[in-house]
Amino acid sequence: MIFPTTPSQTVGPYFAIGMPWPEGPHAVPPATAGAITIRGTIYDGRGEPIPDYLLETWQCDPAGRFADLWGFGGASELDGFRGFARAGQEDGDGSFEIVTLKPGALTMPSGAIAAPHIDVSVFARGMLHRVVTRWYFADEEDANAADPVLGRVPVERRATLLAEPVDGGYAIDIRLQGDGETVFFDL
Amino acid sequence: MTQTEAEPRQIYDPVIDTPPSYVREPEGIHPPLDSPGYKSTQLRHPKQPLVYLPQNITELTGPALGPAVILGELDHDLTRQHEGEPIGERMTISGRVFDTEGKPLRNTLVEIWQANACGRYRHRWDRFPAPLDPNFSGAGRCVTDAEGRYHFVTIKPGPYPWGNHYNAWRPAHIHFSLMGRAFAQRLVTQMYFPGDPLFPYDPIFNAVPDARARERLVSRFSMLTSQPDWALAYEWDVFLRGPGSTPFEEAL
Repeated sequence: MIFPTTPSQTVGPYFAIGMPWPEGPHAVPPATAGAITIRGTIYDGRGEPIPDYLLETWQCDPAGRFADLWGFGGASELDGFRGFARAGQEDGDGSFEIVTLKPGALTMPSGAIAAPHIDVSVFARGMLHRVVTRWYFADEEDANAADPVLGRVPVERRATLLAEPVDGGYAIDIRLQGDGETVFFDL
Repeated sequence: MTQTEAEPRQIYDPVIDTPPSYVREPEGIHPPLDSPGYKSTQLRHPKQPLVYLPQNITELTGPALGPAVILGELDHDLTRQHEGEPIGERMTISGRVFDTEGKPLRNTLVEIWQANACGRYRHRWDRFPAPLDPNFSGAGRCVTDAEGRYHFVTIKPGPYPWGNHYNAWRPAHIHFSLMGRAFAQRLVTQMYFPGDPLFPYDPIFNAVPDARARERLVSRFSMLTSQPDWALAYEWDVFLRGPGSTPFEEAL
C-alpha cells in the first residue's frame, strides 16, 4: 500500500435522493424462471426496525458464475442476471425484499467447497462505515457444515446467518446490535 | 530480446487483473462504528467482535453497474436537470479514482448527492427552514474514464443544522458512493471543502481518528482548472483498497 485509502463516512439520512433506483432490488428480472425473494427486517440495538437503511447484495448465479464487471472466474451466462441488488428505505418499516436466484456452491482455489452464500452490505445514518454480513441457506445443511467461513463463526451465532425457507423464497432478519446480533465480518 | 519480439504483457491493471486479495486496512483510517460523539451510532453498531472473512471470489468480484443506472447524458451535471439553473455558486468537482498502489480505476460508478446552496436537501425528513430550489434535485452519477477520472458540474452545497447536539451544524459536503471493481472495494464517504470553519465541531468528520486521514476527505480549490466567467473548480481524488500481499488468503 503506497497511498492510504480514503476514509469512510456515513451514508446519512438523505441517500434516497440519489442512490436507490426502481429495479435496484432485482438481482435478476422478477419474471426469470426460479426467481425467489429474500426478505426480512433490519433492527437496531433496541430491537426497533430502522426506518432508513441502504442494503446491497452480491452473489453468483446457480451455476457458480458471477455477472462480474470483467468476467472474472467465467462470466454468468444467464440472461439478465446482475447478481447485485440495492434496496433502501428512507422512512419505512425497516423491511427489505430482494429478488434473486439462489446462488450455487463455489469451488475455492484450494479445492474446498463454499456453501451457497450472498455477500451483504448495510449502510445507514449512524453507521460511519458499512457492515458486511453473509446470507447462507438453512436448507443447505451439508454444504453449510463444510463451509470454511461458517466454520470460523462461533456455533451459537451461526443461526444469525441462515435464511429460512418461506413461501416464495427465504427470510432473514438483520440485527445490528444486542440480542441475536447478526454476525458481521471483518473484510 | 530482439526487436521483433512482442512487448511483454502490460503492467498490472487493477480493473482487469483482479488481485488475489485486497489489502487489510490498518486501524485509524476509517471511523469506528462506535463513535459516541455521533449519537446515532449508539444503537447501530455491533457489540460482538467482527469475524475475519477471508477474501475469496465473492469478495474479489463486483457488479457492472454503469449501464444499469446511467440514465442520461446529463446525470453528471446537477445544474441542468431542470427547466432553469439552480441558485448558488456554480462549481465543478473532478478527480480520479485510484487504488492504493496509485493505479487508476476506470469504468467504475461514482454517485453523489448533496444539499442545495442553502443547505437544504430535497428530502421529506429535512426540516431545516431554508428554501428548496425547484431547479435542484441534488443527485448525480457518472462512470470513470480510461484514466479513472470523474467529473461533475453542480453548485456548492451549504452547511446545515442537525440534531446531534446543541447548535450542531454539518460542514458543507457532498456524499460520494464508489462501487470500485470488487465487493471488497466498496466505499461510501463524504467530500468536504478546504478551510471549512465547522471542521472542529463536526463529530462525523472528526470520527476519523487520524488527522492526516481526515485531510484526505477535503477537496482542494483549483484556480488552474476554474473556468473564466463560468465556474470555480474543486478537485478531489479517491483511493480505494488495492492489492494485498497475501495470495488467496488462508488458501480457502
